[in-house]
Amino acid sequence: MHPAILGILTIALGVGACVSYFFLSNLFLDKVLFPPRGPNAGRNINRANLIRPWLFLFPALFVLGLYLAYPVFATLWLSVTERTSSGNVWVGFENYAQMLGEEKFWEAMRNNMLWLIVVPAASTGFGLLAAQLTDRISWGNIAKSLIFMPMAISFVGAAVIWKLIYDTRPEGTDQIGLLNALYLFFGGDAPQTWLTLPFWNNFFLMAVLVWIQTGFAMVILSAALRGIPEETVEAAIVDGANPFQVFFKIKVPQIMGTIVVVWTTITIIVLKVFDIVFAMTNGQWETQVLANYMYDKMFRANDWGVGSASAMIIMLLVTPILVWNVRNARKEMR
Amino acid sequence: MAGLKLTNVEKTYGGNVNVLKNINLDINPGELVVFVGPSGCGKSTLLRMIAGLEKITGGSLEIDGQYVNDMPPAQRGIAMVFQSYALYPHMTVRDNMAFALKLAKKTPAEIDEAISKAARVLQLEEYLDRLPKALSGGQRQRVAIGRAIVRDPKVYLFDEPLSNLDAALRVATRIEIAQLKEAMPDSTMVYVTHDQVEAMTLATRIVVLANKGIAQVGTPLDLYERPENEFVAQFIGSPAMNLLAGEIVETGEVTTVRTFEGNGTFQANIPTRAEDKGLKVNVGIRPEDLVATDNESYAFADTVSIVEALGEVTQLYFEPPRPEEDTDTVIAKLPGIHKDLRGKELKLTAAPSKVHLFSNGQSLLYR
Repeated sequence: MHPAILGILTIALGVGACVSYFFLSNLFLDKVLFPPRGPNAGRNINRANLIRPWLFLFPALFVLGLYLAYPVFATLWLSVTERTSSGNVWVGFENYAQMLGEEKFWEAMRNNMLWLIVVPAASTGFGLLAAQLTDRISWGNIAKSLIFMPMAISFVGAAVIWKLIYDTRPEGTDQIGLLNALYLFFGGDAPQTWLTLPFWNNFFLMAVLVWIQTGFAMVILSAALRGIPEETVEAAIVDGANPFQVFFKIKVPQIMGTIVVVWTTITIIVLKVFDIVFAMTNGQWETQVLANYMYDKMFRANDWGVGSASAMIIMLLVTPILVWNVRNARKEMR
Repeated sequence: MAGLKLTNVEKTYGGNVNVLKNINLDINPGELVVFVGPSGCGKSTLLRMIAGLEKITGGSLEIDGQYVNDMPPAQRGIAMVFQSYALYPHMTVRDNMAFALKLAKKTPAEIDEAISKAARVLQLEEYLDRLPKALSGGQRQRVAIGRAIVRDPKVYLFDEPLSNLDAALRVATRIEIAQLKEAMPDSTMVYVTHDQVEAMTLATRIVVLANKGIAQVGTPLDLYERPENEFVAQFIGSPAMNLLAGEIVETGEVTTVRTFEGNGTFQANIPTRAEDKGLKVNVGIRPEDLVATDNESYAFADTVSIVEALGEVTQLYFEPPRPEEDTDTVIAKLPGIHKDLRGKELKLTAAPSKVHLFSNGQSLLYR
């Protein structure tokens, strides 16, 4: 069968199954289980309404349990066992100890911390700048669309695009990489292999994620900026504030909650960053990050123990930020 | 001590949408001038033009004798109290009041002194370290006023400052503002409202705005007793002044008129010229000036359709004399309680000093 037909069929079946699940389960509840008839009609309606939310929640809870909760515990179990031909053997914290002794792990930790500082700060900063600057100009919406567009590109796609920007051709041939072309144009002597320059190559990778996340930050912060009561800005102008003072002393403090939410959301994305590193350097030349390290251990070295241990480390780092993020987001919504 | 002088001020949007034109107004130092008018008449726009938040597209504005059309708001020596208070939500009451002073590079000692003085006047001393969200509506309003006071401006601008308060608080705050003005007799204030009670009680002079311009400027009682035109006559006073179609019968120092709804003639203390004889006029009588009469001559007679007994007064509504011509319902306001008048026929007239005459919308008094 042609893949397109197969795809359409899958969509039709999937959507049909979802719709019929909700329809039939509710039908069963109302007609068979607790019918609003007979001597207990009122009680039956109340009972049916008690159960109904769970009918709707069940698929989500089931899938979350199967694909999120179970893997967490399975990974925890894998991280303290050793896989042998006769099954999993308890080894305690040996996997962790092995991991902590590896230089590559500490490189990944260091790089992740670098990412953690640079990417959220740069994305939020640029996003805020873009939100403020595009707010009052006539072509602001076009500019916003352009800045937001990278959000629609997958991380791997973005990585491929940027790999071309950092591309290096042998000396003397035409450089197709934008960065090298610019470098030579402005008087550089020889084309650089940007992605192999230790330490700095981290920032070239980060640029990709900043490029993607700036649009996200801009959209959220732009909405927040518009929510600021105009009269507070006018009051500040009457009070003698110049545009910079209005922005930093009146506007930014009023959207601080949103800035924190954007910042932490990007932080979580950064902690999980994998695709960009995987597609551009695969962790070579000192660009390793935790997620790619985990993938290396798990699926290349087939070391399930250490791979799972690094997965637990990532989760440990993400969880507190996630909790904080959710709390802040809820506070914002109130 | 600073006055304002507006000369031919106008406001247009996009070059052709006229919002205000030919605004000529002199505000004397120490006055409290109230801009009042129906919604959309441009009263807030005019205030914002004085503040510098809206560009003045024509004419000139002088504050304290200085041309300020192109001067940024902060340098005009004005302070503004906004309708929604516009407190900075992330700053304490103290910081809200200090913001302008810090920007003006005042010393901490000066700032402290100004704040404690304003806080004492406005009874905000206990709340200085609170955030605006922890204050009640009335307290927020006082902080907004405090923020203006600490700057010691030449001119205070109030943009409907009481409209977000509930009725009881509005009366209390209105009195506070009146007391504040009394405590600062030298400061000039411009106050925008759509509430005529606020206008009548606070103003030294009222500016009624309508149809893109000024309808009348005068003291509150001027506007009430001698309105220049039908608009002001009906805008000031509640319920609005009744207008009855009629004509001039005899001219002179005192004019004799008759209304088409009434019978016989009655007099108005308004001088008219000989050529006015037979002129079609609108005879204006305020509801509270209508009195019941048994005379053969009266201004209006009809059956009472609705009786509203308010205790101190009773408001009587008469069916419109000619509904097909879309004339207004005539309302009379009699002192005391009269519950039994519904369905009764009543003859009404007014004392000569209470009768207004309008021709083409303009009062004959001001020709």
